[in-house]
Amino acid sequence: MLPITVEFSGGAELLCGNVKKHDVELPKQDTKWQIRNLLVWIKDHIIQERPELFLVGNTVRPGILVLINDADWELMGELDYEIQEKDRIVFISTLHGG
Amino acid sequence: MESTDSATLFSAELKKQLDKKDQEIEKLKKLLEQYQESACDQNFLRHEREDFHLASVDPVSRLSKNDIERYSRQLILPEFGVKGQMKLQSTSVLIVGAGGLGCPAAVYLAAAGIGRLGVVDYDEVELSNLHRQILHTSDRVGISKSLSIVRSCQRLNSRVEYVPYHLQLSSDNAMDIISRYDIVLDATDNVATRYLLNDACVMAGKPLVSGSALRFEGQLTVYNCSGGPCYRCLFPQPPPPETVTNCAEGGVIGVVPGIIGSMQALEAIKIGSGIGTSYSQRMLLFDALDGTFRCVKLRPRSQACVVCGEQPTVTQLIDYVQFCGAAATDKEQELKVLDKSSRISAKEYHSMLTSGLDHVLLDVRPEVEMDICQLPHPNINIPYATFTKDVQRAASQILDKMEDLKHGYHSNNPQEDQAYRYQQQHKRGLNTEPSDEAWLTNPPAIVCVCRRGNDSQFAVRMLQKEIQARLTRGEADHGGDQGIKIVDIRGGLHAWARHVDDQFPVY
Repeated sequence: MLPITVEFSGGAELLCGNVKKHDVELPKQDTKWQIRNLLVWIKDHIIQERPELFLVGNTVRPGILVLINDADWELMGELDYEIQEKDRIVFISTLHGG
Repeated sequence: MESTDSATLFSAELKKQLDKKDQEIEKLKKLLEQYQESACDQNFLRHEREDFHLASVDPVSRLSKNDIERYSRQLILPEFGVKGQMKLQSTSVLIVGAGGLGCPAAVYLAAAGIGRLGVVDYDEVELSNLHRQILHTSDRVGISKSLSIVRSCQRLNSRVEYVPYHLQLSSDNAMDIISRYDIVLDATDNVATRYLLNDACVMAGKPLVSGSALRFEGQLTVYNCSGGPCYRCLFPQPPPPETVTNCAEGGVIGVVPGIIGSMQALEAIKIGSGIGTSYSQRMLLFDALDGTFRCVKLRPRSQACVVCGEQPTVTQLIDYVQFCGAAATDKEQELKVLDKSSRISAKEYHSMLTSGLDHVLLDVRPEVEMDICQLPHPNINIPYATFTKDVQRAASQILDKMEDLKHGYHSNNPQEDQAYRYQQQHKRGLNTEPSDEAWLTNPPAIVCVCRRGNDSQFAVRMLQKEIQARLTRGEADHGGDQGIKIVDIRGGLHAWARHVDDQFPVY
């Protein structure tokens, strides 16, 4: 088992029953857990409605910023990033109101 | 004795007349003042299709006695000092958006003594703005927002030069306006203007201090500054329009844009005074519910960026409304999803109520909004989110309700009873219109309503589809030869307030 924290904010939490913080344990698997597998796992286990507003193809939809331990996922290898124990992965929908 | 009495009377009469004339003079003076002020406002305000030329801000080389006293508390900061103040007074800042972010940003920039402050907004002050747009006032409802901000800031610090623009920033005017300023603040409320501002700032080489706020959350970053990324480096593709929520739709706690707007002013002051920004390639995430500020590291400038990259393909401003598939305002758009035959007007619904036609009133607003106001007829509340999540459950609830209705209406809900009583009381006061409309020969069995008449259309469409499927499978009662007729109220509660009951609250 791989314990991590998955968080949603900026309105992305509305896709998962308005719950922002999810402490989850990823099941053991033969290959390493990468963000690309995690996205599918989240879609199947956390997202409760309109998954198309979370995932488009194999990646997050435009307008969602992914952070791995407070850093833009692009700095960490994006979909290829190998998830470590206790990682905190955050999905932020960008705000446009003013 | 008699003559003294008449003399007293005469002088009292004179005094009365004099008072009256004084009042008239006072009134005329006020009128003249108002007229002069509004004429002055009109000259002062910059409009569309004007020459946007501005003389450059004179560099400040010494501070006056007045300046020193006014700015003394920031002058004694070693990081800022007289040098910082003089630089700031030689700096011009353009705030785009005179709303929840623009107001606090403007007030702190004015107070700190920025050289020139431009404020762009096409909109006028509304009552529903005032809980967060704190430089506007109750007596300015209806006047230009940019002018209102400037009027408030002038009272705080008349040493700043103010330029209010009453216009929509567009691909046609953006370069002309932005190029005359040193720093730009994105305090807008929509995606299209955010992309427009980003591209214009990249092309004009201006730092863009970007803030946003919604519900209980705020975000802040600085684009196109100190070699950092631009908005497009982070978000090459605009979000799908259906994922974008504005303050009118999603709500916002006023202090949240207050905090973010204040931080935008802070970063602009840091850039203007030479300290430099802390938010290039970094983003501040503020969560008011959790009480947390989190600062995250962003990606660097993208070499492949279409606007700030090595080989840009976007070299002049484009059509951003088309690019984003969404209008450059946060005003609600009126959608046309349903066929005319599936919609009734608020007036038609009113005559349905006064005719006492049996029907199910389905209100699809979120639960929290049901407490604000309701139509004067017992309703069933199934929030639109339920339809998108589980349309089958929603349909079953409504069909059950119709079944109840057949066997006489019993409410277990005190709120519904109250609404029903209101209806009974209201009926007497309302004018019963002749109910000879053609649609009354086939009255709707279900009438759907929401705040503005957009969600209600989607809900009706989903419901029609679901119930039709059940009828085809023989799982639902046909409800007569014509099937179950479902309609929505065009324009929702807003239309009801506008066309039927002007005492009905609008939010």
